Amino acid sequence: MKDFAQLIRKLDSTNKTSVKVKALASYFNLASDRDKVWTIAILSHRRPSRPVNTTLLRQWASEVAGVPHWLFEESYHIVGDLAETIALVVSGKKEIDKPLAQVLDELIPLKKRSEEEKKNYVVEHWLGFSFYERFVFTKLITGGFRIGISQKLMTRSLSLATGIDEDILAYKLMGDWDPNTISFQELVLEKNKTDLLSKPYPFYLAYALEDEPENLGDPSEWLAEHKWDGIRSQVIFRNDEVFVWSRGEELVTDKYPEFSLLLEHIPNGTVIDGEILPYPKNSIGTFNDLQKRIGRKTVSKALLKKIPVILMAYDLLEWEGVDLREQPFEERRKKLEVLAEPLVPDSSIPLYLSGTMGFEHWSDFAAERDRAREKKSEGLMLKRKDSPYRVGRKKGDWWKWKVDPLTIDAVLTYAMRGHGRRSNLFTDYTFGLWNTTEDGERELVTFAKAYSGLTDAEFRKVDAWIKKNTLERFGPVRSVTPYHVFEIAFEGLAPSGRHKSGVATRFPRILRWRTDKSIEEANTLDDLKKLIP
Amino acid sequence: MENPLLAFTDKGIYCEQAGVYLDPWKPVDKAIISHGHADHSRWGHGRYITHERNVPIIEHRLGNIHSTGVSWGESFTVNGVRFSLHPAGHIPGSSQIRVEYKGEVWVFSGDYKTGDDGLSTPYEPVRCHAFITECTFGLPAFKWRPQEEVFRDINEWWAENRSEGKTSILFGYSLGKAQRLLKHLDTSIGKVYTHAAIENMNEVIRTFLPLPETSRITKETQRDELRGHLVLAPPSAHGSPWLRKMVPYETATASGWMAFRGARRRRAVDRGFVLSDHCDWAGLLESIEATGATRVICTHGYSDIFSRFLREKGLDARTEETQYEGELAEMNSTEGAEIT
Ligand SMILES: [Zn+2]
Ligand SMILES: [Zn+2]
Repeated sequence: MKDFAQLIRKLDSTNKTSVKVKALASYFNLASDRDKVWTIAILSHRRPSRPVNTTLLRQWASEVAGVPHWLFEESYHIVGDLAETIALVVSGKKEIDKPLAQVLDELIPLKKRSEEEKKNYVVEHWLGFSFYERFVFTKLITGGFRIGISQKLMTRSLSLATGIDEDILAYKLMGDWDPNTISFQELVLEKNKTDLLSKPYPFYLAYALEDEPENLGDPSEWLAEHKWDGIRSQVIFRNDEVFVWSRGEELVTDKYPEFSLLLEHIPNGTVIDGEILPYPKNSIGTFNDLQKRIGRKTVSKALLKKIPVILMAYDLLEWEGVDLREQPFEERRKKLEVLAEPLVPDSSIPLYLSGTMGFEHWSDFAAERDRAREKKSEGLMLKRKDSPYRVGRKKGDWWKWKVDPLTIDAVLTYAMRGHGRRSNLFTDYTFGLWNTTEDGERELVTFAKAYSGLTDAEFRKVDAWIKKNTLERFGPVRSVTPYHVFEIAFEGLAPSGRHKSGVATRFPRILRWRTDKSIEEANTLDDLKKLIP
Repeated sequence: MENPLLAFTDKGIYCEQAGVYLDPWKPVDKAIISHGHADHSRWGHGRYITHERNVPIIEHRLGNIHSTGVSWGESFTVNGVRFSLHPAGHIPGSSQIRVEYKGEVWVFSGDYKTGDDGLSTPYEPVRCHAFITECTFGLPAFKWRPQEEVFRDINEWWAENRSEGKTSILFGYSLGKAQRLLKHLDTSIGKVYTHAAIENMNEVIRTFLPLPETSRITKETQRDELRGHLVLAPPSAHGSPWLRKMVPYETATASGWMAFRGARRRRAVDRGFVLSDHCDWAGLLESIEATGATRVICTHGYSDIFSRFLREKGLDARTEETQYEGELAEMNSTEGAEIT
């Protein structure tokens, strides 16, 4: 545990990729095989299911630290991370020294123990660990290690330590394996793996296009397609079974039973890269619709009927059992079209083909991009015709070219303290738009929250203003005099019954502070609703 | 109590009986100043009364001002109100301000810390009825390690950078933090170079406290002569073209905020060392208890949370808004709070 905590501290205390990779590689060189397997599992988000719920952790932590529960909660709100808050508030001594794998062996069966046994175990370890060990230990319970180590960096480090090619490792580490039962030999070192059956290929991800498309050169070398707003997935047909993998490397087959229908039409040895999209009333729905499906482990018949999903196919990665990734995109597309075209007209088959388009001029690409909202896409993907299907996020051959965000001018109505360095500043804002009530009164209705987009200097100015213009305090939240107008940008919006405004916005953020506008000039809720596609 | 001895006004903390302000944020006739940080000693007052060690500091910062220096514990009386200054341990020359009238004693802490930093005159609790305390780090999440441990880490970091042929750039506020760092750097590792803003302040501090030798970085300083050595720079130098000369380098910030993992990442420095010139949670509670005060007024920092906790402990505690910025100003000092 000491070595693992030390590793996390090192990864935490640098922004430099090269230093992280070096730290991780030297850890892989020294750690025991079981610790290595667990480290790979943890860094690829395969943690054991949560043995203790966080409500209990919070309760015990405030008890052990000797602070009232509300004070623990306030601290948690300010620190922003539960494991970090617990590690900070509780004091411990370095007394316990056991390997990472042993801690996990002990944590996993804890789930079935009584509350008292759980508490004894957890508290004993909190008190017996140093700050970073306590932090890491609590993270193992709560999950969610976010320490700036992507799958890619982890794979690179492992490659450095073992001498095995990075892409091969990426492939080996994908899919469904259990850190409890698999050995380092089987997972990483063994050459011929038999259980590659369900494994997806590493996804090829695109960077956002920041330059003008003209800089990409000759338009005739490129194809465009719409960038659909769903869940990027691979659907695998092997051995008379279908496997659905999301980009987050999660096996989600059970969440989308629709795709088992495809088994009748698509032969073994096929892997399709595409986007899972909601398809209510026989047309593409909103991401909000899809969210109703994402949250469910098992899907009811009613929901299946109300919000069915389809696969919008982008690419063909495997055909007749052969890996096509080195072939040019154009060739892969041709094979995909041969496969999909006979199936698409049948509306009972949940497979659609994302159309590719070629244009003579970049201005034609731009015109197609302008139609994105109307087509319910986020913009365009630009793909070089001769591009292979690469591993991970790579620049050059594929670019995402999103539409400009929608914007609206809104009034600042509530503010909350930020996290971490910003925890002394009010930087989390709620915004309202004008609405006229039945009695003809104008009121501000909350429509979005945003906490990013201003410079530090602007945040400090707004913060100082908020502190002087607070109307009421509700715990960490303050209501303020409506006075300031901000231009809010968002990626999309959809009708919503859960929001008071009746509209849900996607990725809202502050575009600029409109000091030139008075609150009377802010937009109305009707203006916002008109933007719904 | 109808007329409190010290009141919070829009200009600052005011003693009406004496007609004197403590650390006012707007220009006033007569001000008693706790210490030299920009948010506590502002420009434009008629008279500045402060500790004698703080006189050269504020004169350096504010230019030609009418200032009077007093020593620790020396009292002076204005219209029946007795004032005296007591060490606050925050930075050299930093004081708590004791105010007594007809037997009633108030103390304004200014900024303070309880540990001995080896540079500032250590904090001494002062008994009082009412205590006005800062609570920049008034959360149980803040717990400082002994400074020896932190300096061991800093010196190890420097030595490691040196072994890799890199220059170490350590960011700290020009007044106080920079000199505290300097005092504890292990100069057997290499030389300490300084940014002009820090070196100017070092020259002021050296008039009354010995500091290790430093070399000012000038236009003539060559890249190769810096390599492996350590550069002390104000936070405002972070991300500025001034750093180009130091390549290859590693950066670090020393601040209480570095206790939060997110703060270091957002600050985009390679290393964060948790080192503060303010009290941690335990330090605040111990000092308040040592004053014996039954009434506590909490200013800058997590004042709402901290005063609620004190109320639950049975103290008469409340919050007052001030325009002191605490260590936040030290973190974000690109905006004029920095001394240049
Ligand atoms: Zn200060
Ligand atoms: Zn202060």
